[in-house]
Amino acid sequence: MEHYHMNLNLKVWRQPNSKTPGAFKLYRVENISSEMSFLEMFDVLNEQLIRDGEDPITFDHDCREGICGACSMYINGKPHGPWSANTTCQLHMRAFQDGDTIVVEPWRANSFPIIKDLMVDRSAFDRIIQAGGYISVNTGNAVDGNALPIPKDHADNAFAAAMCIGCGACVAACKNSSAMLFLSAKVSHLALLPQGDPERSNRVVNMVAQMDKEGFGACTNTGACEAACPKEISIANIARLNKEYLSAVLTSE
Amino acid sequence: MDFKKAFTSSVGKKLVMGLTGVFLILFLVVHAGLNACIWANDGGAMFNKAAHFMGSNVVPRILEVGLFAGIFLHIIQGYLLTLENRSKRAIGYAVDYSKGSKWYSRSMAILGTILLLFFILHWKHFWVPSRITGIEQQALLANGVEVHNLYALMQETFSEAWVVIVYVISCIALGYHLAHGFQSAFKTIGVHNKRYHLLLSSAGLGFSVFITLIFALMPISMYFGWIQ
Repeated sequence: MEHYHMNLNLKVWRQPNSKTPGAFKLYRVENISSEMSFLEMFDVLNEQLIRDGEDPITFDHDCREGICGACSMYINGKPHGPWSANTTCQLHMRAFQDGDTIVVEPWRANSFPIIKDLMVDRSAFDRIIQAGGYISVNTGNAVDGNALPIPKDHADNAFAAAMCIGCGACVAACKNSSAMLFLSAKVSHLALLPQGDPERSNRVVNMVAQMDKEGFGACTNTGACEAACPKEISIANIARLNKEYLSAVLTSE
Repeated sequence: MDFKKAFTSSVGKKLVMGLTGVFLILFLVVHAGLNACIWANDGGAMFNKAAHFMGSNVVPRILEVGLFAGIFLHIIQGYLLTLENRSKRAIGYAVDYSKGSKWYSRSMAILGTILLLFFILHWKHFWVPSRITGIEQQALLANGVEVHNLYALMQETFSEAWVVIVYVISCIALGYHLAHGFQSAFKTIGVHNKRYHLLLSSAGLGFSVFITLIFALMPISMYFGWIQ
């Protein structure tokens, strides 16, 4: 694809902290390369703001190679922007044309309170994982790879679920602010493997309880989460979570 | 007390919606099947006989109580869930995300409200007269029993164009409600096998179209006099 430069109008949500109401502010950036990533374009804007003596825009970022789950912008009505199976840091400016106006908002959910501007507090996800998203084993010496047979399709499905980077795009995309795609990925990747099996019932019950406590909504299977997920986590995991959960609670004594 | 969570947690509340939804889907099959007797082209004799059985036999009478319980549970739980889910995002987006999901999947509460309004009208047209206030016109069955002439009431009700239009619109709303609800109910119950997902999604769409057509054709064929 041909390399080009563009001038853009940005409509960015600015909010000093979770208590103070925020508002959109308009910015203009010029001579942006089509090969820049979306976050690099924001770096250019922030340098411009610093030069002008203004407060730079706060946004989350870390690895900038699409694997850490830190970046979190809701761009033109879609988490992580217009491309599919993609994170904001890997969204390149060739997705836009000269003269475009881009609306950038933070993840919107009561359970993800805004820290500042485009940065939200996603520690609710950490607390959900702490409620059971692990296995309690003393690992000891490394065992032989073939000592524990795992069917290939289980390993593949567990790996596909483990791809979840916990970015929160599913919550941001869901009309109910539901965290079910995230939770189902975390429950599935352990439930599908023999190492996760002994704790599967307690795990799913505790994690759902924590999710409800954190104030996420219920799942209505619209599929928006799956469409927005940068790691293409399948919505089939949610149905698996439902099965895991209902088998656990309906057979409890 | 984990057992209670099967109905009270966020997953449990959806289970209530799914189970009552599947129950109501089964009812639709019975309702459509019985009403299809109007197409027997026998002046409503078979339909009146079927309606009389449903109104007088003890089994459908008991099932009717369950049906009303199911429908009101579905409605009340549906509204409570919708309100709760909406409250989870105090500040909405300037640009909504509409590409990732179907409009009818996002509009189940609105479609459900259309259906509730329709039910009120529908009960007033048929259920209240046949169960409570009575139907003046009587029909004589082959075995000499005098029964309510529900067939004549249908003909009279569907002689007005606006009623037919309202019924057809409501049938379309029902179709879209089912297009999402049928497959969603099974996912909520926990069917996660991909082959069954595909099967249930396709069967759900087919069922939605079939149910919409069969119910919509009832007032239409009465209005245009396609049946004798």
